[in-house]
Amino acid sequence: MRNIFLFIRRYFNFLFFLVLQIVALSFLFRYNKFHEAAFMGVANELTGRVSAKYSNVEYYFHLKKTNESLAAQNEHLLNSLPSNYQAPDSSKQIITDTTRYDTLGTIRRYVWRGARVVNNTVSLQNNYITIHRGEKQGVLKEMGVVSPAGLVGRVVNISENFSVVMTMLNRQSSVSARLRKSGEIGKIQWDGRSPDFVTMINIPKSAPVAKGDSIVTSGYSLSFPPGIMIGTIAEVIDDKTSNFYSLKVKPSTNFYNVEYVTVVDNLQKEEQKKVEEAAKRNQ
Amino acid sequence: MSKLLKNTIRFLLFILVQVFVLFQMKPLHQFIVPYLYFLYILWLPFNTPRLGLTLIGFLFGLTLDYFTKTPGLHAAPCTLIAYLRPFLINILIRQEGAEQNYGSPSITSMGLAPYATYVFILTLIHNGYLVFLEWIDFGSFIYFLGKVLASTGVSMLLIFVTELLFFRKEKFRTNTP
Repeated sequence: MRNIFLFIRRYFNFLFFLVLQIVALSFLFRYNKFHEAAFMGVANELTGRVSAKYSNVEYYFHLKKTNESLAAQNEHLLNSLPSNYQAPDSSKQIITDTTRYDTLGTIRRYVWRGARVVNNTVSLQNNYITIHRGEKQGVLKEMGVVSPAGLVGRVVNISENFSVVMTMLNRQSSVSARLRKSGEIGKIQWDGRSPDFVTMINIPKSAPVAKGDSIVTSGYSLSFPPGIMIGTIAEVIDDKTSNFYSLKVKPSTNFYNVEYVTVVDNLQKEEQKKVEEAAKRNQ
Repeated sequence: MSKLLKNTIRFLLFILVQVFVLFQMKPLHQFIVPYLYFLYILWLPFNTPRLGLTLIGFLFGLTLDYFTKTPGLHAAPCTLIAYLRPFLINILIRQEGAEQNYGSPSITSMGLAPYATYVFILTLIHNGYLVFLEWIDFGSFIYFLGKVLASTGVSMLLIFVTELLFFRKEKFRTNTP
């Protein structure tokens, strides 16, 4: 027994070092798997507050670009209003209702909530952004995040007033996507090379693809509504050894200066999840 | 200024510069990530107790991790270099008793060549371990090798510039008044 104590005393520095290493590594691998780590909630609040202070300053330098992108989005939304269109029969009128159930019995599926970006990285291999809207303001894990120009990512961690969003520029991110023109479904991933481009895989060679084609979300994902812009094809990589194209996609969101985002809440997510899981269990 | 206050301010400054300046820069290449923050650990005073040094390294790395949302990724290499630091200083110190006569590692206290070696070895270990942790998750061997070398080069350049910009005066302390 005495020898054990002597041993611990003699190598206390080294043992202490080992303990800290194990703590650090367990934090890392736990987070990579579940996006949860000890003190992450408290730390989120603290770093979020510091970042919000800093972003207040930086915000002014991006005002012009933010305004332009918001104006462009407004224009797009105004153009898609149902009142812009006149039905051939003038007795019929289309009305959009904002309540959950409208008189015709249609059920609301998505709710959009705006949020401001307070912290953002692009230079790492796993990039996240922090937004100033959290659990108290109705953000939950797995919700989709969209900028005025297009898709941003998915919420992975929440605290009271801040949420952490895994952007498309993350080695662990994977988004189901579709070619707008022909409808082929593929997957968007990031190879970590350049924050200017993401990769789309699993597009069969029978699909007609051309430089400049639009890529949108597929609607297979529980987090995003279908048809949200992801980006445009910058290059078609024709791999001779495979039956699939690998497409280099330029994201329509500019991750360097994203200032405002919208969080999408899928109201029917739980229902869809439940029925899918029940089907899996029954097999 | 008291040593504790000075090092606390440095702690905050290094974190803020790394998060809000260096990580915000547009990356030149996948391999080039400008790491400068760990210079804080290299600048800690000679007489910091070894246990405290390891703990400070861990906390410092973890603080940065909570900003980048990668808990543990920077904490592990920081703990490692903080633990290895005293061994390296013992080997590289120029003359007997210099760690008593000077406050902290610098060019004046250690001499240019030993100090450069000290910085280079710890930078290499830090970046090597950091990229190794990334490599476990993804990437290839070329990624590992290229990123370690490129980041170390950029880190050395940044440290060199920092040393020139913020020249630390090290007073020679003697017992006689």
